Amino acid sequence: MASDAINYYRNNFLKEVEANVEEGAWVKMCMQCGVCAGSCPLGNAWEHTPQKIFMMIRAGKRDEVLSSDAMWMCTSCYNCIARCPRELPITHIMHGLANYAHRLGLAPKNQPTRKFATMFWNNLTKKGRVNELKLGIALYFMNGLVNGIKVAIKAMPLGMSMMKTKRLSPMEILGGHGIKDTSGFHAILKKAREIEDAKMKKFD
Amino acid sequence: MADEKKIGAYICKGCGIGDRVDTAQMVSIATRDAKAHVAKEHEFLCNADGIKMIQDDIDNEGVNHVAICACSRRAKVEAFNFDNVAISRGNIREGVIWVRPDTDEARETTQEMADDYVRMAVTEVKFMERPKGNEEAVYNKKLLVVGGGVSGMTAAIEASKTGYPVHIVEKTAALGGAAARMYKGLPMKAPYDAPADTGVADMIAAIEADSNITVHLNSTLTKTSGAPGRFSADISTESGSTTTENFGAIVQATGYSEYDASQLPELGYGKASNVVTQAELDEMALAANGGAIKTKDGKDINSVVFVQCAGQRSDKEGHLDYCSGHCCQTSIKQALYFKEQNPDVDTNIIYSDLRTPGVSGEDFYRAGQRNGVTFTKGEVAEVVQDGDSLAVKFKDLILDEDTAEKADLVVLATGMIPNGGVNIDEVGQDEPGQFTVNVDSILNLDYRQGKDLPQLTKGFNDSHFICFPYETRRTGIYTCGPVRRPMDGAQAIEDAVGATMKALQEIENAGKGRAAHPRSGDLSYPSFRREGCTQCKRCTVECPFGAIDEDEQRFPQFNEARCRRCGTCMGACPVRVISFENYSVDSVGQQLKNVDIPDEFEEKPRILVLACENDAYPALDMAAMNKTEYSAYARIIPVRCLGSVNLIWITDAMNSGYDGVILMGCQKGENYQCHFVKGSEIAHTRMSKVDDTLQSLSLEPERVETYEIAITDIERAPKLINDMAETIEKIGLSPFKF
Repeated sequence: MASDAINYYRNNFLKEVEANVEEGAWVKMCMQCGVCAGSCPLGNAWEHTPQKIFMMIRAGKRDEVLSSDAMWMCTSCYNCIARCPRELPITHIMHGLANYAHRLGLAPKNQPTRKFATMFWNNLTKKGRVNELKLGIALYFMNGLVNGIKVAIKAMPLGMSMMKTKRLSPMEILGGHGIKDTSGFHAILKKAREIEDAKMKKFD
Repeated sequence: MADEKKIGAYICKGCGIGDRVDTAQMVSIATRDAKAHVAKEHEFLCNADGIKMIQDDIDNEGVNHVAICACSRRAKVEAFNFDNVAISRGNIREGVIWVRPDTDEARETTQEMADDYVRMAVTEVKFMERPKGNEEAVYNKKLLVVGGGVSGMTAAIEASKTGYPVHIVEKTAALGGAAARMYKGLPMKAPYDAPADTGVADMIAAIEADSNITVHLNSTLTKTSGAPGRFSADISTESGSTTTENFGAIVQATGYSEYDASQLPELGYGKASNVVTQAELDEMALAANGGAIKTKDGKDINSVVFVQCAGQRSDKEGHLDYCSGHCCQTSIKQALYFKEQNPDVDTNIIYSDLRTPGVSGEDFYRAGQRNGVTFTKGEVAEVVQDGDSLAVKFKDLILDEDTAEKADLVVLATGMIPNGGVNIDEVGQDEPGQFTVNVDSILNLDYRQGKDLPQLTKGFNDSHFICFPYETRRTGIYTCGPVRRPMDGAQAIEDAVGATMKALQEIENAGKGRAAHPRSGDLSYPSFRREGCTQCKRCTVECPFGAIDEDEQRFPQFNEARCRRCGTCMGACPVRVISFENYSVDSVGQQLKNVDIPDEFEEKPRILVLACENDAYPALDMAAMNKTEYSAYARIIPVRCLGSVNLIWITDAMNSGYDGVILMGCQKGENYQCHFVKGSEIAHTRMSKVDDTLQSLSLEPERVETYEIAITDIERAPKLINDMAETIEKIGLSPFKF
């Protein structure tokens, strides 16, 4: 067992997090008081609390951290940030970790938050505006056809009244409206991705 | 001034006293009953006119004993401060009118209370002498500092700066102590973010350049005798020559020894090659002197694990059960040695509770974190050799799993053991007239109670960490640094300054024959009537401060300058031959006898309360300020310490017809609050034997109660008095009324 553990409790993964994760440089400043874990309204639904995630990073448990569903469960209530005695931006670190795990392709495949976030991103980047009708329908059917129909029927009165008050147009299903210069927008996103990729340091 | 006592009694009518009680009657009681030569009342005794009235009587009428019947003796101390007279105080305000209701029914008993306090105050002062001062007082400005480490050197430098000559006695061949064997120390200045110079070299240079400081290297104390102002110390060198010097006070800064890590085989010490203690790592860093620290066999170090609480904060056999306070920060400091050299060296501090007291504290912890030192909350199970390196097996307490880490070097944070000399509870003193040097003793005192300072707890010398830091139970000898409690360098420096200040105060006090803390300035001292002494040794054994030696004929030998004036000897003496000029068996005994005891048909019981002047009496005063009522049958006499209560007072009270006696002392035992350390405890022991006496007189044991009262027991203290009044109502009046 001792020999397997050779890479544990090394600074390697901590350095990777510092380099590639938003606000990752704060992770080493955690003093393990556990106030974040106790403050999180979803605390007992997580696989790992922020306190544990930070300790796992310091212990060098790269795979376990990046494949954890914990960061995806964060609802951004900011309780932990408000309460952290060491003033760590915990919420931001959680989202940074989720994003990093997603980019590396290590995030849990069927994590609903991740699925929805991907859906949202793809919907948004297509035309520069969120197509609410398509996003809504996609969300209803995220968990299969039968479930999707059930949810849709349930939500029908809401959709009808939104249509009456012109908050929702059924014509959007045909493609919907976008921003003026879609190709320019796509160029911006591409460039931003290039910059991000160049900044990202390689660690294995 | 003539030796003849002329007593003046002065009764104040201010603060509502005049409205509530008949002061004219009190004046006549003072002269008629208590036999004061002069008695006067005044509208406002503590104002300039009132003070002038008293001063005029002192100057013109020859009044030399003054009984002031006004407020508590704790109030208006500055106003009622007359030179060259004995003063007693009758507590009419806090003791009477503030604790009694202003009703017609209560008027009679309130007046009786006030009358009694006048009788008591006049009687007390009648049996007091004005302290003449100690003729044996010696003024010697020289300070002896035992130990030449950071604490000792600081003490010497500070005392010398203040103008007091100092001698340092150091056992080893060089000054510097433990800090001299360190590469760097903890930061002492903001921003507290990196290991800093220990300052030892500068201190040594300052001492060498100071003609006021004499250093004795390779030397130990082979005999210390005397008392504050006149300590005599035999300073012996390794080669055997001895010089004797006289000192005014002593600062003991003998530091600590490191816990023996070979008692920790499970952590690999002595078994695996690269397991070292913190002290050993500092020596390695010192040898590297800023270069890369290598293992003993010259290999590079790429990963270091620090094991906190190694053999300490543990109840295992042979381990230390306390926290040494500095080790968490020392590990951070040492991890930073590596990080400063090469940030890629992995450093992991495995702790169970990270504690960073002291000046650098949390800032230094954060500095460690910022520099990438890993902190892991865990419990190390064992350290074993694993090929070329070491495997540290531990339980990660955050991740809740057994895990392991490989390391090139493992550092054990072992604890501090105080260099306090011999435990005097185990190693007794030699017979009077004989003295042999004990090589394990630091001070080699010739005191009757033992050769070293009494230990408070776990071998540390102190009398009370919180209430009286630096004070030991040997007057004029002060401890500082890790011999007093575990601490780091910066704390030791602060400590040394504090202890030195205490020592210099004591040099000055001893020179004037005045008492040290807590009765600082008191000029009285115990005197004893040799012809009456039965050599029972109670006083020499029970003195909390070891002030009393025995001469070759086994008579007690008082060392006035060592005495703290608690009166524990007076309370101990079965034949009552020990007394103070201003506090004696009579000054209290006659007070209680002069209280007017109504006969049994009046159904007015009397309760005697002997209250410790440090805690219980102020608590009762504060209760009075809150206007908390208590029984009008109580008569309260403050005592210096419950330890000074002589059993004769209880016997006298019972014989005089008191119905109950309450003794109020301080908290005793391990977490004692007693200013005189053992007084309350001794009193409780003595009183536990009173029950048999009471029963032999066919008195109920409930009539005498002993309580521990804290200064904050403002509600409880009056309640205990009322409880006693209720008890008496139940069991009936004492049959000893005449």
